[in-house]
Amino acid sequence: MNGCLLCEEETNRSLNWRQFFLLEAPPALCLKCHSTFERITGEHCRTCSKPLAAIDPAFIADGICSDCLRWEEDLTFQGVLTGNSSLYSYNEAMKEFIARFKYRGDYVLARAFAEEIKEAVKKIPFDLVVAVPLSEERLYERGFNQAEALAKEAGLETADVFERIHSEKQSKKSRTERLQGPQVFRLKEKTVISNKKILIIDDIYTTGSTLRQAALLLKQAGAVEVRSLTLARGQGT
Amino acid sequence: MPIPVSPSSLAAFLAGRLLLEEEVPFPLSNSPQLQFISGISTKNQFYHCERCGSTKKERFAMFPCARCGKACPYCRHCLMMGRVSGCSRLVRWVGPEPLFEGDGTLHWSGQLSEGQAAASDAVIRAVRDNSDVLIWAVCGAGKTEVLFQGIEAALLADKRVCIATPRTDVVLELAPRLQKVFPDAKVTALYGGSLDRHSYSPLVVSTTHQLFRFSEAFDVMIVDEVDAFPYSYESTLQFAVQKARKPLSALIYLTATPNDTWQKECRLGKRPFVKIPARFHRHPLPVPKLEWGGNWRKAIEKGRLPRNIKEWAVKRLEENKQALLFFPHIDSMERALPLFQQLDPSIEAVHAEDPSRKEKVTFMREKKIPLLLSTTVLERGVTFPNIDVAVIGAEDDVFTESALVQIAGRAGRSADFPDGKVRFFHFGKTKAIEKAVAHIRQMNKEGREKGWLDR
Repeated sequence: MNGCLLCEEETNRSLNWRQFFLLEAPPALCLKCHSTFERITGEHCRTCSKPLAAIDPAFIADGICSDCLRWEEDLTFQGVLTGNSSLYSYNEAMKEFIARFKYRGDYVLARAFAEEIKEAVKKIPFDLVVAVPLSEERLYERGFNQAEALAKEAGLETADVFERIHSEKQSKKSRTERLQGPQVFRLKEKTVISNKKILIIDDIYTTGSTLRQAALLLKQAGAVEVRSLTLARGQGT
Repeated sequence: MPIPVSPSSLAAFLAGRLLLEEEVPFPLSNSPQLQFISGISTKNQFYHCERCGSTKKERFAMFPCARCGKACPYCRHCLMMGRVSGCSRLVRWVGPEPLFEGDGTLHWSGQLSEGQAAASDAVIRAVRDNSDVLIWAVCGAGKTEVLFQGIEAALLADKRVCIATPRTDVVLELAPRLQKVFPDAKVTALYGGSLDRHSYSPLVVSTTHQLFRFSEAFDVMIVDEVDAFPYSYESTLQFAVQKARKPLSALIYLTATPNDTWQKECRLGKRPFVKIPARFHRHPLPVPKLEWGGNWRKAIEKGRLPRNIKEWAVKRLEENKQALLFFPHIDSMERALPLFQQLDPSIEAVHAEDPSRKEKVTFMREKKIPLLLSTTVLERGVTFPNIDVAVIGAEDDVFTESALVQIAGRAGRSADFPDGKVRFFHFGKTKAIEKAVAHIRQMNKEGREKGWLDR
């Protein structure tokens, strides 16, 4: 018997043959829990994965949302992040999920979407995976890095190339504050980055500021291309 | 945190508690008055959470811990109260117990019924002798008043009292009621998210879950609705009750519907108990009428209400009598709702996860809803003065004997309207149905024999 990671109900009531012969892992979530999450399908911003249906058409140009256009107008951040893919919208269920996973520290939830992350990664060209780091303080408080956990449980080996120097919680800052803030990351390991295509993993893309800061640093260290993958796509403020 | 660090305040904060180090807003020194316990221990190769007592293998998971640098186990069972992992430490106060201020004198001028008085004496005795007792009181007997004198006796003897109940609603209702009759003793209300967490008081009203944060704290432990979900289902909550009380303490259980084992123990004289078979208003409990409801589920799926159920509802609407209609599951209830709304659009349905549950219950109280459909969420703890009650699908497994007795106990609660009607519509009589009816009849019989009923 396999319990759903969220509700503990049995998940493999309709066991298929591949699962029976252990060729495929039984699902980590039951259908009922899984159906509360909203996978991003349909049209989305070519750069950041934001669903376009939710955006006023006046703020879309050539399949790119106005947020991304604004980023591209910024000389510092122009072109640093080639693209972001996000799997799920940050709806109530995802909010609750991330709160339990990241803030309550329920590590095993990293497995809930591991298969889907694995699938999504196949479509992204990259040489090296990195997880967005936490400050030392935050890492001690939480006990694990949620981005690292998502990568690891999806079978991705991450390279430890940078660290976070700025410890204030991103989620408590406004968009402008985040955009104007100084670099929050510092490079630890330069050599492995140069001439590589890099994939950054994080739990959530909100304004895209964290990921672009990281991408900028990686680019400056010689990366040829930086893309990102996040479990959730927030609305941004 | 603006709390001054003095030994006395540390004592006030920690006494009787078992907290994660991170939960304590003071720097903790290696004082002999503090004891540190490893959050998770290993017993016979199984993990054991020292806070919630969980030992089930599937309740634990491993994670690469940044604190200890190892693969560290953590307890998923009580995770929402802050993660207890292999390398976390729980702290408790082992110094002298702080004294509390205030006066535990009871200020209450009400009169106990004969049944209540007998039970009240039993509570006082248990408090005095640090013994166990079960108060088996029918729905509407007036359980809270039964506790008053026992609590007074405890408080006047500088004992610390806890009333644990499974539901936050009950904590919120009970705490102010107690504060009113014990105006000079501080009453603390504890539930998930409550603000009282940091105060120390001689009288605590808590959800059973919050007991996880206590250890050897109480001289008198009163457990309300022992049979109610989730307490009776969760061995960890039983562990919490045992852990939170002092080794030498009184344990008082309250319920209208003890489970089979307990009923048997009472009959065999193995469990001390006092029964209050009659309501405080001296009218008998309404006895449920059973009625064949046929394949009601199929009918509802086909978009129609079984004829007799419909008639029952229409009659209530015509007579302007409010009623609760219980359903075994959310999905069948939600299918039935539009069918009932054809009879009257203001009919509503409510279940545990319903975000507007509180509003609907309030509307029902204000008589803005004529009939309210409900899952077992309203089976206990709620009182509407003048209602009839029906169960649709009484044969379902969720309707245990105790659930049915509790549901029937919603009717005829007030002295002004002691005659609610109770109807169980079923698709085949179950043992639970028969036992529930027998239980209610038996209580009425005993009430009559004692002379505690007027008719």
